[in-house]
Amino acid sequence: MKKIKKIKIKINGKIKSINQDSTLSLVLKNIKIPLNKVAIELNEEIIDKKKINKIKLNKNDKIEIVHFIGGG
Amino acid sequence: MVNLKKDSLIIANKKFNSRLIVGTGKYKSMSECAKAIKLSGAEIVTVAVRRVNISNKNKPLLMDYIDPKKITYLPNTAGCFNSKEALRTLRLAREIGGWKLVKLEVLGDKKNLFPDMIETLKSTEVLAKEGFKVMVYCNDDPLMAKRLENSGAHAIMPLAAPIGSGLGIQNKINIQIIRKQTKLPLIIDAGLGQASDATIAMELGCDGVLVNTAIAKAKKPFEMALAFKNAVIAGRQSYKSGRIDKILMGNPSSPSKGII
Repeated sequence: MKKIKKIKIKINGKIKSINQDSTLSLVLKNIKIPLNKVAIELNEEIIDKKKINKIKLNKNDKIEIVHFIGGG
Repeated sequence: MVNLKKDSLIIANKKFNSRLIVGTGKYKSMSECAKAIKLSGAEIVTVAVRRVNISNKNKPLLMDYIDPKKITYLPNTAGCFNSKEALRTLRLAREIGGWKLVKLEVLGDKKNLFPDMIETLKSTEVLAKEGFKVMVYCNDDPLMAKRLENSGAHAIMPLAAPIGSGLGIQNKINIQIIRKQTKLPLIIDAGLGQASDATIAMELGCDGVLVNTAIAKAKKPFEMALAFKNAVIAGRQSYKSGRIDKILMGNPSSPSKGII
């Protein structure tokens, strides 16, 4: 059986190991992100949420997922 | 009589009945925050942009408690200390769901939390060009307020005193000068401590006030939320009613004619 290669990426500062060739969409789905309530950056560039299933992640990619919280 | 129904606050062509804007930070819980907002009658609330907690997905979300369809979310840049950080934050905020009305706040000093006006001005220019409707937290300097206005700000929001200090309005003269020179919405942001501070702001001719700590950290936040609501209405009515002139000596309230 062919072993799936893993790569390391960072999500909100935390290192995560994912399958190589995973799409951004799949990774966000796996960690149950409510897409309508967040914004996403990939390597400091804002990502159009409609296009996340077309984006393949690479080694050392940095993802930031933000939402609204209480603030003054 | 002042018809307060017709006396709406208009920001970036949007009409609001309440002139009180409240922050959503520093509450004990989301439900306490939501209830205080309801009691305050506020239609705009400030919110911060922060990382999603990916390890604890059961943490309650602000949007589950305060419906952005009913209450206008005003994303802010609290915690940003330069233009780059502020722009990044607001571009992300817009991406969450089309928010264009935003509060810009670029701080310059971690202790006094005064705004860095050079970075603030720079950011205002960029954001206005990108189509944002920017409400700008600023110091109480009429010259800077003018420059912000010329740079495309949609509301001028001078501080009353340092953020969270509860000191109340420290520089009434400057606020009055800013009032005279601008037709933009003028909103006192930061430093209020009690309801009467809001009344004073409104009596100086401000269009609204933004309050967070004074409500969230009051011993009874719900009662304080209601007090601020009433204080803003009282101040606005008082301002619109035209106060009497100040005189040095006494002027009796009863006629002197017919004294026995």
